[in-house]
Amino acid sequence: MTEIIPKNTLLEVRNLKVHFPVLTGIFRRKNDFIRAVDDVSFKVDRGSTVGLVGESGSGKTTIGRSLVKLAPVTEGSILYENEDITQMSTKSFFPYRKKIQMIFQDPYNSLNPRLTVYQIISEPLEIHFIEWDKTRKRKRVEELLQKVGLESKHIDRYPHEFSGGQRQRIGIARALAVEPEFIICDEPVSSLDVSVQAQIINLLQDLQEELALTYLFIAHDLAVIEHISDYVLVMTKGKIVEQATAESIYQSPQNNYTKSLLAAVPHLSTK
Amino acid sequence: MIPFIFRRLFTLVPLLFGITLLVFFLMSLAPGDFLTPIKQQRDISEEYIIELEKQFGLDKPLYQQYFLWLKSVLTLDFGYSWTYKVPVTELLGNRILATFLLSFTSITFAWVIAIPMGVLAAIYQNSIFDRLSASLAYAALSIPEFFLAIVAIYVAAQTGWFPIGGFTSIDYEFMSKSSRLIDIVSHLILPTIVIGIGSIASIMRIMRANFIDAIRAEFVITARAKGVQEGIIMFKHVLRNAINPLISSFGFALSALLSGSLLVEIVMNYPGLGQLIYQSLLREDQFVVLAAIMMSCTLLVIGNLIADIILAWSDPRIRFERDT
Repeated sequence: MTEIIPKNTLLEVRNLKVHFPVLTGIFRRKNDFIRAVDDVSFKVDRGSTVGLVGESGSGKTTIGRSLVKLAPVTEGSILYENEDITQMSTKSFFPYRKKIQMIFQDPYNSLNPRLTVYQIISEPLEIHFIEWDKTRKRKRVEELLQKVGLESKHIDRYPHEFSGGQRQRIGIARALAVEPEFIICDEPVSSLDVSVQAQIINLLQDLQEELALTYLFIAHDLAVIEHISDYVLVMTKGKIVEQATAESIYQSPQNNYTKSLLAAVPHLSTK
Repeated sequence: MIPFIFRRLFTLVPLLFGITLLVFFLMSLAPGDFLTPIKQQRDISEEYIIELEKQFGLDKPLYQQYFLWLKSVLTLDFGYSWTYKVPVTELLGNRILATFLLSFTSITFAWVIAIPMGVLAAIYQNSIFDRLSASLAYAALSIPEFFLAIVAIYVAAQTGWFPIGGFTSIDYEFMSKSSRLIDIVSHLILPTIVIGIGSIASIMRIMRANFIDAIRAEFVITARAKGVQEGIIMFKHVLRNAINPLISSFGFALSALLSGSLLVEIVMNYPGLGQLIYQSLLREDQFVVLAAIMMSCTLLVIGNLIADIILAWSDPRIRFERDT
């Protein structure tokens, strides 16, 4: 590698493309592609929060998923700690599953309704910390529950016994279980009430401080992004149209799409 | 849980009362009764027939007949079958055993084959296996059971590998214990397959559809992000969520098989409950019909109860009460 990458870059995405084939006709020929992510490059610094904002269908979720091999990469490369993880096999990617975790949008559907809170949070421990015995895992899960603001006595309950905000806390505890360094937050608050949104965002910020986490924070709500992000990427139709620090995006947006997004944020104004 | 089971069983009482009442009066609408055939025989004296009518209570008004019957049922006496010349309890006992065995084997057979097939068809969606199994399933659903039964008998008769019908061989009474078991099993094989094939097709299609739904659920993506192996995801996360509708259908399947495999039972001469109800209805042997219907009704309720209990065990969201 000829370029010199500054030490504090944790993740770098270069010219990432994710195209999904459109199959048509009785022979299911690949006639066209949906360019979900089209030539996207950005960097995420260690310990920072990068906000990724855009409307529904702009490809933000696909970027998040392709980073952890939940969506296929068509072209481009993803570097994590200077290591190219794009073409890694499932086996060699395995250690990165511990380092990179995801928090999902829908706290109702992203938790398996058949498993208890303990089973949900301890499952990644069983995979990444095989040597731990049951009491240690249980202790760890109780600890995590307290860390995300739930009571440890809830450990044997099922997801349906919790509210949306509480479920999202379970999702966060699950992501934290394996001590990740990088967390992709895929619209973690967009299906929650506004008051609960604030609680979850504050929780995420507290955890970031405490555990020195790095976030890629995906959202469609600019107000949320402004609050949490250091650096903002604005995305539309699979492309990043503007990237800058949170401040400069809000004070002097350059791109027309960014301007229209900003204009769409509801205000309490006195005419 | 236990109060729930008792509550369920308790609802059986009014249900059985209503159903027997209905069956009793419906049967009385048909002309004649089970003594009609001997009334037509000239060599039987009128005094004897009157005596018989008195003995069975047929000379009394209808509602009295019903309550007489109800009274004896409460003492677990289900009456005497005039056509079969044995007590109804004894007659039903054999039949229920045979039917129960057949239901058990055919349900097990269907589930053991259909669920893995449905799961595979869902995992390898749109593959050759998926399409092949889909067309086989439609074929199996389109062929009526009695036709399959005829084909099965033909195969058995041509090859001699299986007995062509019945529950046991003629020389069953003279066999040793182990060969008796083998005899019953060999008689069960063909009816099991014939009844099972139709259910395999439908269970497989339901399983496939549910499984595909569950694969697309978000918690599957969550599990992948955790780093769980694909095989474990399929069985631990997807299968447990996909199997609910099949468990509820199990209760109905059980009761449907107990009384509904009539055509197969007739074609294959299998002495089951369905055949018995049918023949007794034709001969207006009301005590047998009433008892048999009570039996299948009870089994329907018990089948649904079992399904509900398994459902509660498999799905925490429908557990009845928390014991904390």
